[in-house]
Amino acid sequence: MKSAIIVFPGTNREQDIRVALRQASGTDPLLVFHLETSLPEVDLIVLPGGFAHGDYLRCGAMAARSPIVQDVVAKAKRGVPVLGVCNGFQVLTETGLLPGALMRNADLKFVCRNVDLRVETSQSIFTSGLSEGEVMNVPVAHHDGNYFADPETLDRLEGEGRVAFRYCAPGGAVDGTGNPNGSARNIAGIFNESKTVLGMMPHPEDAVDPLHGGTGGRGLFDGIVRALS
Amino acid sequence: MTASEASRRNIAITPEIVAEHGLTKEEYDRVLKIMGREPTITELGIFSVMWSEHCSYKSSRIWLKTLPTKGPRVIQGPGENAGVVDIGDGQAAIFKIESHNHPSFIEPYQGAATGVGGILRDVFTMGARPIANMNALRFGEPSHPKTKHLISGVVSGIGGYGNSVGVPTVGGETNFDPSYNGNILVNAMTVGLAHTDHIFYSKAAGVGNPVVYVGAKTGRDGIHGATMASAEFTDDSEEKRPTVQVGDPFTEKLLIEACLELMQEDAIVAIQDMGAAGLTSSSVEMASKGELGIELEIDRVPMRETGMTPYEVMLSESQERMLIVLKPEAEAKAKAIFEKWELDFAVIGRLTDSGNLVLKMHGETYADIPVAPLVAEAPEYDRPWVPTEKPAPVAAADLKRDIGVLDALKELVGGPHLSSRRWIWEQYDHLVMGNTVQRPGGDSAVVRIDGTAKGIAITTDCTPRYCYAHPETGGAQAVAESWRNLTAVGAEPIAVTNNLNFGNPQRPEIMGQLVGCIKGMGDACRALDFPVVSGNVSLYNETNGKGILPTPVIGGVGLLPDVARQATLALRKAGETLVLIGDHAGWLGSSLYLQEIEDRREGAPPPVDLAAERRNGDFVRAQIRAGALSAVHDLSDGGLLVAVAEMAMAGRLGATLDPTAIGKELTAWCFGEDQARYVVATANPDALLAAAKAAGVPAARVGSTGGAELTVAGVGAISVETLRTAHEGWFPAFMAAQTTA
Repeated sequence: MKSAIIVFPGTNREQDIRVALRQASGTDPLLVFHLETSLPEVDLIVLPGGFAHGDYLRCGAMAARSPIVQDVVAKAKRGVPVLGVCNGFQVLTETGLLPGALMRNADLKFVCRNVDLRVETSQSIFTSGLSEGEVMNVPVAHHDGNYFADPETLDRLEGEGRVAFRYCAPGGAVDGTGNPNGSARNIAGIFNESKTVLGMMPHPEDAVDPLHGGTGGRGLFDGIVRALS
Repeated sequence: MTASEASRRNIAITPEIVAEHGLTKEEYDRVLKIMGREPTITELGIFSVMWSEHCSYKSSRIWLKTLPTKGPRVIQGPGENAGVVDIGDGQAAIFKIESHNHPSFIEPYQGAATGVGGILRDVFTMGARPIANMNALRFGEPSHPKTKHLISGVVSGIGGYGNSVGVPTVGGETNFDPSYNGNILVNAMTVGLAHTDHIFYSKAAGVGNPVVYVGAKTGRDGIHGATMASAEFTDDSEEKRPTVQVGDPFTEKLLIEACLELMQEDAIVAIQDMGAAGLTSSSVEMASKGELGIELEIDRVPMRETGMTPYEVMLSESQERMLIVLKPEAEAKAKAIFEKWELDFAVIGRLTDSGNLVLKMHGETYADIPVAPLVAEAPEYDRPWVPTEKPAPVAAADLKRDIGVLDALKELVGGPHLSSRRWIWEQYDHLVMGNTVQRPGGDSAVVRIDGTAKGIAITTDCTPRYCYAHPETGGAQAVAESWRNLTAVGAEPIAVTNNLNFGNPQRPEIMGQLVGCIKGMGDACRALDFPVVSGNVSLYNETNGKGILPTPVIGGVGLLPDVARQATLALRKAGETLVLIGDHAGWLGSSLYLQEIEDRREGAPPPVDLAAERRNGDFVRAQIRAGALSAVHDLSDGGLLVAVAEMAMAGRLGATLDPTAIGKELTAWCFGEDQARYVVATANPDALLAAAKAAGVPAARVGSTGGAELTVAGVGAISVETLRTAHEGWFPAFMAAQTTA
C-alpha cells in the first residue's frame, strides 16, 4: 500500500502516523509538503495531527486553502481514500469534504488522555478490520474536538451509516461518561457519503505499540492496509 | 523621564538613570573605567542587562563553581546554552531547566508559555531535536485568592506552547506553600536528542563572517525582562506587565524545523538563541567566546514596530529569534531554508577583529564597547551569609493529634500536596512523537529514543520544606531524590540540570540558604556521580521583603538501555510480597505528616546518607534489570504508607501492610520520611532478600498484594477505590470551586 502524509507548517504528528502506517504496511509513507501542487498516485492520503498554520484564524482554515489540499480534494472526489486525524479532521471539515465543525472542547481545556471508542460500522475501507460494536482504547489530544453539526445533518449521518466512531464507556455504552469534549451525539469520527473519506479526532497512531500502553489503534491500520493492498 | 524616552535622545547619564538600570554606584564606576568615558544610553542599557543578576550570576557564581560538572558521559557542562551528555551509539541528550518566575506571576499564560519557548530554544540551538518537556511549579496556598487564576494560566500557557510545537510534556511536579503567594515558581525543562558529532556551540569564529538574524521580528516586548527578573517584587509589580514577552509557538515550530534543516548542511559557525537580554546577550556571548569583535547594523534587524531605537532593539526580549554566524558561502542556502519556512532572515552584521561590540544605525554609531571586559569584569560578589542551624529532630512521642493512620492517609492523598495532578497533565499533550513509554504520574517520565530500544528517564524534584529547615540537607536530598526517582524506573542516572530559586541574596540568611543548598547539592552530586551540566539561578523571589522557601529544583536525566525492562509503580499481581529496601528510622522532622496533619513546620529533615543511597539504588536497579520486580516506587513525601497507597491506586489492586510498630511509633513507621528507600513488589521474596543480604542492603518484608483494600494489619482497611476517589478528586474540585477571597 502506498500512502502520502501531508505536512503543513505546524503539523506535528506526521512521524507518529508514519510509524503506524509503516508498521502496518511494511512501506514507508511519502511526506508531502503543503507547497506542492500535486500528489503522486497513492492508495491513501493522510492529513495528520498538529496545529497547521498555528491553527490561527480557525483550526484547519488556512491549511484547507493550501496548494496541496486542492489536489487532495480533487483526488478525494475521484475516490482516493483520505484519512484525517485530529487537525486533519478539522482541515477536512474546512474543505467541505466532511460536514460539520470541530469547536472548542466543552470545558474549554486541552485534553490528552485515553478514551474508549465504539466502532459504529465495519462497512468501510477504514473500519473493515474492526467489528461493529467493538471498543477501541486510544488517546485523544486536542483543544478543539467538540463535533458540531445541525440536527438534520446529524440525523443524515446516522441514517446513512456515516458515523464511524463514538466516544463510549469502557463497556461500550454510549452515554455522557466517555465523551471528552462535548461532541454532539458522542461522535468521534465520520465518513463522507461514499465512505472513502474518514475524519476522526482520536489518535489511533499513538496506540500501536505495547509500549504506548496499549495497541487499541492497531486494528484500524491493519484493516486499512488489508483493504487497500 | 523613562529609560526608553531617554534612549531617543543623546542625553547625559544621571545617577537616577543609572539607578533605574539596576546598577549600583560601584558598578557604574566600573562601567566608566571600562569605557574611559561616559557611556551612551544604549551602552548603559547593555551593561545593565549583561550585569543583571539574571545574566551575570553575580551573587551565585563563586558558589556555582564548587559544583561537580564533569563525568565520563559529560560532553558539555555549564557555560553553553544547555548541557550535553553521551548516551551511547553516537547519540547525545541535551538538556536544561530554566525559570520564568517573575513573568509568570505578572501574566501567567504568556509568562509560562514563553518559559517553555525559551528553554526549547536553548536545546535546539545546540543541534538537538527536543523530545520531552518537563516542569516544576510552585504556587501559593490553595486558599489564596490568586492561586487558582495563576494555576489555570500557567498550565494553559505551558500546554498552549508545548502542545502546539509538538513536543510532549511528560511530567513535572506541582506544590503549594504560602511563601509562594506573591511569587510563584515556573521552572521549565527540555530534553533534546542530537548526534555527538553534530553539536552546535555559540563560539564565534572567522573575521568577516556574516552575523545572521533569523526567526520572528523584533518588537518592544520584554524590554528589561532580565532586569525585572533581578529585583524584588512590590505591590505594584503588576504594572510591569509590559516587560512580559508574548510567545508564538507556531513560529517556534517553524524555527525548530528550519534550524534543524540548516544544521544538516555545512553552514553554521556558531549559533545562539536570543533569550534573556535578547540581541545583547546573544551577540556579546558569541563574540566573547570567540574573542572577536562584532559590528551590527541595527537598521537591518527585522522589526515589527516603527521608530525603534538601538537601545530598544538591543534590549527587546521578543521571542522566537536566533543569531547565527554563517560560513560566508552558505548564505544563499541558509536564506532559502528560512524562506521555505516563512521566517525572517537578515544579515545584520559581521565579525570583526576589533574586539568591540559596535552598533550602528543609519550610519551613526550608538555603542562601541570592548567585549572582553564587558564579560570578564562583570561584578562577582561574595555576599555575606549566615548558615541555618539544624533544628532538633521530632520524636514519635512528640506527636499530638490523635488520628488513625488510615484517616491520616486519606487526608494526605486527598489533600493539596499529594493529590493526583491529572487535572494538570491532561492539559499537556504528553504523547505526541509517539515515544512516551512512561506517562506523567510515575517516579520518572520515560521517553523512548526513536527507532531504538533505549529510553531517557526524566524527573524534576525538590523538597523546599527540607531546604528551609536545613539547606545543606535539603540540597543533598533534592539530588538524592532525583537519583532515586530515575533508579526506580530502572534508569542509570547520568546528570542533572538545576534551577536555584531563592529570595534576596543581599540578606545574609537567604544567602546562607543558597550557600547551604549548593554545598549539599555538590556533596550529593559527587557521591552519586551525578554531575551538574546546566542550570539557572533565579534570585530575588520575594514580595515586600518576604522570601520564598529555598527551592533548588533538580532536573535529573537517566538512561535505560532497554525500555521493555523499565519498572513502574503500579501493583500488577495479587499474591506478591512487598519488600522495603533501605533502613527505617521513622523520621518525622519536617515531614509532610507533621505539616499537613499536625500543622507543624518544624524539626530536622531526614538525614541523607549518600553511601546508603547509592548502595540501595544500585541494588534496586540491578533487580529491575534482572526482571525480579513487578512494581517499584521510591519513598519520599508521606513515607511508606503513602507510597504503598500510590502503588495500589495506580494498579487498582489492594495490599496489606504488616507493621512492626504500634501506637505513635506506628505513625512514624507509616509516615516517616527516611531517605534512600524503595518499596518493591516481587513474586520471589526469598531470592530478593538473599540478594539484598549479600549486597549489604537492608531489606524487609512489609506486606503483600491482593484484594480491593489497603489494609494495615491490626489497624483496619480502606478501599482502594475510596482512596482513588479522594486522590483524583481534590484538584478538579479545587479548581472548579468558587474562589472565596
